[in-house]
Amino acid sequence: MTTASKVRRWYKLHKWTSLVCTAFLLVSCITGLPLIFHDEIDALLSPATDNRPPLEIPHVSLESVVRKALHDNPSMHVLFVTIEEDTPQINVGLSNGLTPKAGGKIAVYDAYTGERAEDVLPGEGLMEKVLLLHRGLFAGVPGELFMGVMALLFVISLVSGTLVYGPFMRRLDFGTYRPSGPRRTKWFDLHNLLGIVTLCWASVVGITGIMNAASDPLFDMWRASALPKLLAPYHGKPAAEHIITPDAAAAAARRALPQMKVTGIVFPNPVMSSPHHFLIYTKGRTPITSRIFTPVLVDAETGQVAMAEPFPWYIHALEVSRPLHFGDYGGLPLKVLWAVFDGVLILVLSSGLYLWFTRRSWVEKGLDHLVAVERGQPV
Amino acid sequence: MSKRARSIWEIYRWPLLLAVIIMVGLLSALLGDGIWNALSWVLLAIPCCVIVCCIFVLRHRRDS
Repeated sequence: MTTASKVRRWYKLHKWTSLVCTAFLLVSCITGLPLIFHDEIDALLSPATDNRPPLEIPHVSLESVVRKALHDNPSMHVLFVTIEEDTPQINVGLSNGLTPKAGGKIAVYDAYTGERAEDVLPGEGLMEKVLLLHRGLFAGVPGELFMGVMALLFVISLVSGTLVYGPFMRRLDFGTYRPSGPRRTKWFDLHNLLGIVTLCWASVVGITGIMNAASDPLFDMWRASALPKLLAPYHGKPAAEHIITPDAAAAAARRALPQMKVTGIVFPNPVMSSPHHFLIYTKGRTPITSRIFTPVLVDAETGQVAMAEPFPWYIHALEVSRPLHFGDYGGLPLKVLWAVFDGVLILVLSSGLYLWFTRRSWVEKGLDHLVAVERGQPV
Repeated sequence: MSKRARSIWEIYRWPLLLAVIIMVGLLSALLGDGIWNALSWVLLAIPCCVIVCCIFVLRHRRDS
């Protein structure tokens, strides 16, 4: 294959992968902008009036709070209990079925007094709606899969674009921008300049987007690898009936991993945890370790710790993929810079669309000419 | 302005440097607080400055 025809192939790959995903990426960029600032927007929409410090171990027992939640919602099941880290609140996750997807709510209780604070229905908050649009265009699981594929096309487009950048810049200085030339030259320069400068950021956001879209399958993969040997002794036995309190389960986890904080307790459940164990989420106290969860599986009837091993690397990759995708960490200046990068990406995508719409662009004519020359064909 | 062909290294060296700067900037705020956040802000501001420079400051380039 001649060099020029290789370049033309990468160019066609770049052009067609971009073409398919650009419209959806623009939706992601635009919905992603407010999501960078979701903490700030949430605080604006529902200002916190509680200034009391959060509690790592609430003053009331989790069991008493769970009983209240079931008393107030008798037809629902308790899926999990979480202990809020920024405010003194206990969240009880209730559902009509075995997962939150069956429809449910989160009943919030005061961590000092156990009083009921509010009920939070999922999908109601503005930021939640924006997130649903961002993740799957409001189309549920097929929508999320689709957007994951769009993210994959985006990454392929970035790789092919980077490879095509080289040949196109052979006779141009880095950062060339010719605003007084023809309009398509100006947009071509802008597309290349903005694209190559922010390439690393775009790649990280694209790859972490794919990871986030794959979060459910990745978690299922962990359960499939970790649970069978733990569940083998329970084979044939019915699901646990007389289970210990979530407080006892949390205490067992704290004894097993004294340096970690318990943040969430998932009740025995065949989908979200194990039918015979509580799944306790614990995390570390330093900036790095606070992003990495270590799960603890506690036998639901005996209170014995069955497993307290860290998640495998692919779950850790998933855990850092969340902040690295949304840029909602590192303080307000980082979020502002993230928004700037987002704006640059919107310009890259728009300029790409413009260049595509310029039919039979001189870029393609130029490539065809080079291929013909190399092959010794008449031009 | 010169029309000579540039080498692969000449074409990709600034993009590579910027990619490293961005990567360190992204990870710095993730792995630490305080000074690590500030480092992140400084590093991630650099690509933004490069863009502004290329578009608004260095207008004399006329390579083709």
